[in-house]
Amino acid sequence: MRFLFKTDYKQDIRLFQHEGQVLWYGLLIAVMLAAPWLFGNYWLSQLTFVMIYAIAGLGLMILSGFTGLPSIGHAAFLGVGAYVEALLVARGAPFPLAMLCAAAISGGVGFIVGLPALRVKGIYLAVATLAFGFIVEEVLARWESLTGGNEGLTVAAPRLFGVNFAAPTPFFYVSLFVCVLVTLATLNLLRSSTGRAFIAIRDSEISAQSMGIDLTRAKALSFVVSAAIVGLAGALYAHKLRFISPEQFGLTQSIDLMLLIVVGGLGSVHGAFFGAAFLITLPQFIAIAKDWLPPEMAQTAGLQALVYGLIIILFVMFEPAGLYGRWIKLRTFFELFPFYRRGMFRRQRAFQRSERLK
Amino acid sequence: MNASRRGFGNVRLPEIASAETGDAAAAAPGEEGETLLALLHVLISGIALGCIYALVALGFVLIYKATEAVNFAQGELMMLGAFAGFALTQLLGVPFYLAMMIAVLLVAGLGVLIERIAIRPILGEPQFSVVMLTIGLGYVARGGVTMTPFLGADTYALPTPYKGEMLRFAGLALSVDQAVVIGATMALCAALYALFRYTKIGIAMQAASQNQLAAYYMGIPVRGLNALVWGLSAGVAAIAGLLLAPLTFVHVNMGLIGLKAFPAAVIGGFGSLPGAVIGGLVIGVVESLAGFFLPEGAKDIAAYVVVLLMLMIKPTGLFGDTQRKKV
Repeated sequence: MRFLFKTDYKQDIRLFQHEGQVLWYGLLIAVMLAAPWLFGNYWLSQLTFVMIYAIAGLGLMILSGFTGLPSIGHAAFLGVGAYVEALLVARGAPFPLAMLCAAAISGGVGFIVGLPALRVKGIYLAVATLAFGFIVEEVLARWESLTGGNEGLTVAAPRLFGVNFAAPTPFFYVSLFVCVLVTLATLNLLRSSTGRAFIAIRDSEISAQSMGIDLTRAKALSFVVSAAIVGLAGALYAHKLRFISPEQFGLTQSIDLMLLIVVGGLGSVHGAFFGAAFLITLPQFIAIAKDWLPPEMAQTAGLQALVYGLIIILFVMFEPAGLYGRWIKLRTFFELFPFYRRGMFRRQRAFQRSERLK
Repeated sequence: MNASRRGFGNVRLPEIASAETGDAAAAAPGEEGETLLALLHVLISGIALGCIYALVALGFVLIYKATEAVNFAQGELMMLGAFAGFALTQLLGVPFYLAMMIAVLLVAGLGVLIERIAIRPILGEPQFSVVMLTIGLGYVARGGVTMTPFLGADTYALPTPYKGEMLRFAGLALSVDQAVVIGATMALCAALYALFRYTKIGIAMQAASQNQLAAYYMGIPVRGLNALVWGLSAGVAAIAGLLLAPLTFVHVNMGLIGLKAFPAAVIGGFGSLPGAVIGGLVIGVVESLAGFFLPEGAKDIAAYVVVLLMLMIKPTGLFGDTQRKKV
């Protein structure tokens, strides 16, 4: 196990805690840069999807994982971002500009949603976001003059100065660039006082308030940042799929995003990436599993829902820290070998943590 | 990666009772009275639908009051109730009323089982965990039913002994199915009221919901009561499913109606039983009126618009408690 000898307060908020991290993340970046030569087109495309979902997951992670505000309608922001991107690019805007607009408009929508949401919490907020998600999906489906309704919209290729970025390799680099940028921005946000305020609100609103944190401002900001990042992911999503329709941004997608952050590990930046990789590769594992199931069962559409449901249940019950928590435990096991104990990561249990007045 | 890859992409609930309303409106005599009568029929079908929302919302509120958990699988429990009723009457040939009772008891038992196996171990975890867990349970229920042989993702009708009969008075036609829904909801509400008002176990449940620890010290078996509340709530959901099935169809996705019962529970103030019933009726009527007066599509989101307005104006709902949390 590595022990850090801290000689400076600044060490606490360094981007990299020690040289080992620099090495490993550097290697990761190098592998990602070399990916088009290492993987075929199919896996490159899957990797792009992982990054897009990781960006969306980071957005939701900031809201749910770090600020502690649940949202069951986050696919709506993905939808807003995707549609803004598609419409602007179709009118000839260069795609980076369109992406910025997508993020800005999605963030604006997030602010509008966040305003009433600031007054409510817990289950009320969950229902408010659920309602918002349904309303956005319906608006996208009914505003036919702009969005093309349920028939969907074909997204033009991303172009900049006459260069087409639609092919797998260039688009992979675009996604990688945005992904690295968003990750750095998230990390920087979380080490700043704003991010620490978010975490304080998650842990206890009352103590955060007594420490002088402006709850309204911080929560609204969390909503805006989260929505903007998810909107950015939506813009990439639109280009990657090249065809968008309202049903892609419905409740199923919102639950996918929640599954992503829960399975990845609530409250960790790594979690968004682990979760995204899990979400993208899961259908392929299910496809493999279908081969050794009796055909009557394998053919039904229910198998995937069943597996998704079981995964959510098992993770919530047995590994609330998600894949990232599992990874930490595994790493600690080897670092401390043979002195790892089962109780090292035991959860603290309250009899019942109540949101009501006792 | 399209959203419908799991077969739930198109989340649309079946039209409820609109055909009957249309027939009745056409048969009504007179020029002037016609719109009024049509409106009345819309109102009645709205109330019938509202009763279903109310029952599902009652299930949410029962569980929320007792355990502070929010059960997102309530709609799926309702779906399971309808499927149990269908399987018993149509596949196994059990007489109708007996089958209804068995179906309710089966689903209630399942509710107790869910509490015991899945909910109790994560007691004390943040609310978000329970929300995710019950969403997962809902997925499992839907996937499980889809994969069951003889049921699958098909649509079935649940025939009732009183199918197609109409009650007529003064030009107003009311289908017996709808009348049964309204009557059964009223009876169930009265029974629940009596349970919480007059029986020892109901009062114990109230005590446990107000302050669990104090109730525990007073010798109330809080854990057992929680399991009982889950059973009760699942039973209510199953009744809702059995009442809804004759009005629409038995289908795997009929549980999605639970998503509209959420606004109902919130409008009533999550945690108030009469509030849940009134919220359900409000949502049902608003939805029917929106379908009658407003352009297509308004009906589907009326419930959500209403709940957002409610949260902006009065975040605690109609009957919610406005206590402030102290440190």
